[in-house]
Amino acid sequence: MDMQVYLDNNATTMVAPEVLDAMLPFYRDMYGNASSMHYFGGRVAKNMENARNQIARLLGAEHDFEITLTGTATESDNLAIRGITSYYKEKKHVITSATEHPAVLNTCAQLEKEGYRVTYVPVKSDGIVDIDFLKNAVDDETALVSIMHANNETGVINPVEEIGAFLKERGIPFHIDGVQAAGKIPVDVNKCNCDLYSISAHKFHGPKGVGALYVRKGTRMRPLIFGGHQEKGRRPGTENVPGVVGMGKAAEMAIDHLKDMPKVAALRDKLQNGILTGIKTSTLNGAIDKRTPNTLNVSFEFIEGESILLYLDRKGIFVSTGSACSSGSLEPSHVLRAMNLPFSKIHGSVRFSLSRYTTEDEIDYTLRELPDVIDTLLRISPFWDNEKKTGKIPQ
Amino acid sequence: MWEYTDKVKELYTNPINVGRIENADGVGHVGSVVCGDALTLYIKVDNGIITDAKFETFGCGSAIASSSALTEMIKGKTIEEAERITNKDIVEFLGGLPDQKIHCSVMGSEALTNAIADYRGEKPPIEDEPHGEIICHCMNITDDEIRKAVHEKGVTNIDDMMELTGAGTVCGTCIPKIEDIIEEEKGRCATKSCSCSDEPMTNLQKMKKVEEVINNVIRPGLKRDGGDIELVDINGDEVMVRLRGACSSCMTAQMTLDNFVQEELRNNVSKNITIKRV
Repeated sequence: MDMQVYLDNNATTMVAPEVLDAMLPFYRDMYGNASSMHYFGGRVAKNMENARNQIARLLGAEHDFEITLTGTATESDNLAIRGITSYYKEKKHVITSATEHPAVLNTCAQLEKEGYRVTYVPVKSDGIVDIDFLKNAVDDETALVSIMHANNETGVINPVEEIGAFLKERGIPFHIDGVQAAGKIPVDVNKCNCDLYSISAHKFHGPKGVGALYVRKGTRMRPLIFGGHQEKGRRPGTENVPGVVGMGKAAEMAIDHLKDMPKVAALRDKLQNGILTGIKTSTLNGAIDKRTPNTLNVSFEFIEGESILLYLDRKGIFVSTGSACSSGSLEPSHVLRAMNLPFSKIHGSVRFSLSRYTTEDEIDYTLRELPDVIDTLLRISPFWDNEKKTGKIPQ
Repeated sequence: MWEYTDKVKELYTNPINVGRIENADGVGHVGSVVCGDALTLYIKVDNGIITDAKFETFGCGSAIASSSALTEMIKGKTIEEAERITNKDIVEFLGGLPDQKIHCSVMGSEALTNAIADYRGEKPPIEDEPHGEIICHCMNITDDEIRKAVHEKGVTNIDDMMELTGAGTVCGTCIPKIEDIIEEEKGRCATKSCSCSDEPMTNLQKMKKVEEVINNVIRPGLKRDGGDIELVDINGDEVMVRLRGACSSCMTAQMTLDNFVQEELRNNVSKNITIKRV
């Protein structure tokens, strides 16, 4: 059995072959420093600026100079939050949401240690931020609001346009963590009315180790690191040219391939319906009609996510889980907890995330193999009665 | 992805001894859905020998493997032999576990402890659900246990905490968190005029302090009623005393010891002091 089904595209994606081809010359002959004054460096700079333009177009940005290139989206998030707060020193209040990525949550936690007030806006049971709560949390001290566009675990999309319009009226800087949105749904920083927008290349078939931060013209912020004049001093350091060129190519392709997203959504829905009708201990997590087209988060009660992951792994199916045992964190998903899911469902949660490269064969194979995995683990579970085919979690 | 040994992979893919034993002689349950790990161990005992063992596990791959390994390890052993099996033995049997998965083996040994207690008709010594937030994931130690160690055992630094509770002794990632909790609790002690914020006492210091409290606080109190007390010996936290005068023949001597002498020593020296009348 050699079938390999990669359903973990919210973790990272395959580098598109065209992207790799675009990058290779910059590892070979075109190794000049983009800051050099000679032709050898200048032609590299030209390619980099072309990439910046492609990235700006993916986000609907008006000017190329509004794109600051970074090393990762985590860095973009940090630069946005710390960059703004260290400019508006007298304002000691930041608003974010309970389901943000750790890159935002832990940056805010650090601000709290430094004396800031941080409001964590709760989400409804469908995973969408409570916008009324957010509106009420804003005050004169608020330096920044940082809300994610789409959630990495559930795919749930937040109403960033509405939030942006509200904040624009009040002149409060707005940062969007758009890592899970760019390339999956149309992004327009002007419609969102945001001042800052973070993205990462490797989430849309670009290379790892390169991210970007959109910074609206006129936004005031300070850098986190100091050095040369690269990125106008906002993020100094010699640019990762092959990475940036790859990100540009990936951005260009992502715009073209947005038209494929309904197909991705159809495959996701096939997987979703197959699971929910075929496995009676399964339930769907997150708003069904407000999700990125590629993401499906399902809980399998009475069993634990990592064991599901490992059993699927043996069959060549690669997914991720929100259980405590997942990926080194050993804490159950804070996203599903914020949605008020019972622990029994959180520990048994599995995320399937597709891409434009996912095929129907792969989905069919997954639907064939999954019921047996769930059944085997139910037989081991102390909370499942195999005779009566029912389970009970002791309270 | 965790680096699992072949033995672990083999045992979570094809676990042996899965299921229940009807009419088991001992059942041990640890963990809960909240923790994300739960294990029920069933043993059948004949003439003091474990003849059969089965398990049901809700948990990750290494939890399943640890449970299965445990059942293999205890079969054919006497209760006394099984009792000596530690989580380290389970880890060894599996050819190793990732640091952050050591707690799966701890869960195994805890379920065994509870199953043996159940066989003997005793109350399971390991609680179903640890209280508080788990700080040390390797050794499964909660903030409650760390806080308790500060107040009840007078632990004030990370080294003593590691020695006493085992927290932070495997991968060490949680050490800064433990240090924060120790500092937090020490701060709390200071505001409550709690004596545990002091540096931990050496035995000699403790003896001196006990003597001081007996002479300055307890004896004057007893003397008012025509009694007296004599410090005989100190062994760790056990303070041995002899009652004199009116106290020696008093009907409420034991109450005096429990409510007055022991309380004063606990408040002034250490919460763990026990009084023994000799």
